[in-house]
Amino acid sequence: MAGIPHDRYEPKSGMERWLHRRLPIVSLLYDTLMIPTPRNLNWMWIWGIVLTFCLVHQIVTGIVLAMHYTPHADMAFASIEHIMRNVNSGWALRYLHTNGASLFFLAAYFHLFRGLYYGSYKEPREITWIIGMLIYVLMMATAFMGYVLPWGQMSFWAATVISGLFGAIPGIGDTIQTWLLGGPAVDNATLNRFFSLHYLLPFVIAGLVVVHIWAFHTTGNNNPTGVEVRRTSRAEVDRDTVPFWPYFVIKDLFALAVILTVFFAIIGFMPNYFGHPDNYIEANPLATPEHIVPEWYFLPFYAILRAFTSDVWIVQLTSFITGGIIGAKFFGVIAMFGSIFVMILVPWLDTSYVRSGRYRPMFKWWFALLVLDFIVLTWAGSRPAEGIYAIIALAGAAYWFIFFLIVLPILGVLEKPLKQPKTIEEDFRAHYPAVKDTATLSR
Amino acid sequence: MSEANQVEGTRRDFIYYATASTGAIAGGAAVWPLIDQMNPSADVQALSSIDVDVSGIDPGTQLTVKWLGKPVFIRRRTQTEIDSARGISMEDLVDTLARNGNIDREAIALDENRSLDESGEWLVMVGVCSHLGCVPLGDEAGEFGGWFCPCHGSHYDTSGRIRKGPAPENLEVPKAAFIDESTIRLG
Amino acid sequence: MEHSMAHKHVVILSALFLGFASSCLAAGSEVHIEDVSFSFEGPFGTFDQQQLQRGLVVYQEVCAACHGLRYVPFRTLGDEGGVGLSANAVKAFASNFEIFDAELDDFRPAIPTDHFPENDSVGAPDLSLMTKARAGFHGPAGTGLAQLLRGSGGPEYLASILVNYTGEEKEEAGSILYENTAFSGGWLSMAPPLSDGLVEYADGSPNSAHDLAMDVTAFLTWAAEPKMMVRKRMGLTAVALLILLSVLLYLTNKRLWAPIKNQRET
Repeated sequence: MAGIPHDRYEPKSGMERWLHRRLPIVSLLYDTLMIPTPRNLNWMWIWGIVLTFCLVHQIVTGIVLAMHYTPHADMAFASIEHIMRNVNSGWALRYLHTNGASLFFLAAYFHLFRGLYYGSYKEPREITWIIGMLIYVLMMATAFMGYVLPWGQMSFWAATVISGLFGAIPGIGDTIQTWLLGGPAVDNATLNRFFSLHYLLPFVIAGLVVVHIWAFHTTGNNNPTGVEVRRTSRAEVDRDTVPFWPYFVIKDLFALAVILTVFFAIIGFMPNYFGHPDNYIEANPLATPEHIVPEWYFLPFYAILRAFTSDVWIVQLTSFITGGIIGAKFFGVIAMFGSIFVMILVPWLDTSYVRSGRYRPMFKWWFALLVLDFIVLTWAGSRPAEGIYAIIALAGAAYWFIFFLIVLPILGVLEKPLKQPKTIEEDFRAHYPAVKDTATLSR
Repeated sequence: MSEANQVEGTRRDFIYYATASTGAIAGGAAVWPLIDQMNPSADVQALSSIDVDVSGIDPGTQLTVKWLGKPVFIRRRTQTEIDSARGISMEDLVDTLARNGNIDREAIALDENRSLDESGEWLVMVGVCSHLGCVPLGDEAGEFGGWFCPCHGSHYDTSGRIRKGPAPENLEVPKAAFIDESTIRLG
Repeated sequence: MEHSMAHKHVVILSALFLGFASSCLAAGSEVHIEDVSFSFEGPFGTFDQQQLQRGLVVYQEVCAACHGLRYVPFRTLGDEGGVGLSANAVKAFASNFEIFDAELDDFRPAIPTDHFPENDSVGAPDLSLMTKARAGFHGPAGTGLAQLLRGSGGPEYLASILVNYTGEEKEEAGSILYENTAFSGGWLSMAPPLSDGLVEYADGSPNSAHDLAMDVTAFLTWAAEPKMMVRKRMGLTAVALLILLSVLLYLTNKRLWAPIKNQRET
């Protein structure tokens, strides 16, 4: 698979050769597992394994929950209670699945910001990055539709509000919204199709994950220095890398075990922490909860959606230029989807030839501000959209776009990068100097 | 190889094995709920045993209740029916096994082995024809004054034993018992 | 009627996600919920079986007149880790309630496999999930993390509603509203349900309005989350096992990497 020279699978016994001639699957798995991996990967490189675990975990718990869940507007809420009260271990499976979504997104955000900081999106890893972003968008769709399934108040009103986003598209919005919902409002038809898609999309995600891994196994992993693995000889490769198994598998599993310790503490002791009390009230189309708040992982984008109100000059300007076609409502929708779209474009928005943020003295600070901005937007999204919160959300939304559309392109020109190590080995030895005195090793 | 190296090697192996076994235990513990969830849930299990109030059943009438998704006939037989059921010789029977879930599987199809009480007043049977699963008609139906399956014409006597027609076996007697004078517990 | 009631209850308290600072909610809906100590709070908290049994009596004699408990099957009253009634006691208790049997097309006394009946008589909300459908506090600093030790405040909210009537009444749109300092709007349509000594316990346990409120709240907390005890036990086992696994994996990882990190100079 990879362009980096490494050990290849050699079929030894007759059986192995028989299979290998017909289906080289063992070889494929071997190459995937033994891929040479930069030895200097730090703890921010654990999230891939955590995410893989999350995907499998969500699919497995999801499949068993679907054995007991009823996707009907009259029975969905009761069937969740059936799972919680009657099904063997049903309460555990459901709490695992709901909290699993939170862990999934938490890991995805760490993974994403890791990629942004270390320039993992840069040439030649653009496809890996774009596939990753596609996975992220599908994750959001899947999580959103999953949240509708319990048919609680928040489920119902989230479905109403989010499908309303599509209604904001000028001209054809209402038609699209009606098509999405299968009727004039969220109802049984909506619930049924959301269930179908919630079951389908994870498998699409799984397929994309394979492509994502395929892509970065072709280019090789990025690493904290952003310096490529030397490929001219096996000896050099061996000095820059170690095989993924067992070195990084064990390291990642250790990190996963620590994360799962916290995860299970939440399941055991505060399983509704990430939930919302209103979702324990059955959906009622006639009464909206006082504060409709999406799940925490949508909050930054929810904040951006609400930030651009009609009194913001750029909204007024856009409205004026387009003759009112793009009003505040549609502008907000464009801004929300645009905030994700600019991330997809980042391989071409970043003009710096230096990959890792470690060697970019100015970028570091702007990036830190972006992380802070993300947290502030998360917080602002949870507040009512009024007063000081609206102003904070607007400032946060503005910075999001400024970072990607202005700061990143300009930094590449203005910034004077620091000196990078020549090789991964050099970076690794800077942390773990080679042992000179062999006598000390025997201890 | 020095002794120190060997000790080092043993300790390393021990940690590897301990980690692998703990991981296996954790994995196993995680798999069990995924399997167990397919077993009958608490609400289904709760229905595996039901209590039936039979105080309202007069001699010569029967009550049909639904149990485990199937009809169960609870008949309070008249003396004539009991005598008719008990006067049959084994040679006249198609199926000579009692088919009673409360007693030995090999017990023969004497009416005494099928009725719920010794006097034979109470007869409890699953109302599913042993031919193709239809529900037989009751209240002295068929040529033998017991039950008659309209689907393919199977005749059962007053003890629910197959006497004529395509059905191969006597009607099944489920696990049942009186828990007080007027209540029968099924299951 | 039903919808206006439902609306009022929905409007009560919408705890924000992550419980981010309740202090930032619209000022008008601000109420303070007193934190009281329940036996079931914290990772090691357990239900007090005696208290659940007392609370069941309060529910039956007071709340059941208007509020249903539709998701709770009578048989679960016999589950261990919960109310823990004997099989016969469950049966006898269930027969106090009439439920509609669709097969009979008529009402009949309930049996253990039935659920508590719904109750729409005055449009009062069902109480099956009430303690999980409300939240009382979101601290510290709006993170909601204190619920690890103190719970989310749903039970406290319920207990507070039951005892914080001021005695004031007013009439509005043809119905009488009662002032309650724990209720977000300040006025609600439920008349003060509890008073000192309203329910006599068979064992003579204290029965002030406050005691009754605590008992019935504990019972409703069980009704909303009947698997709490087994959940916490699972949590403790899982956390212990995972800590052990983490330590072992840490040691394995360290040993595995030692030759790589301490490579001799060549």
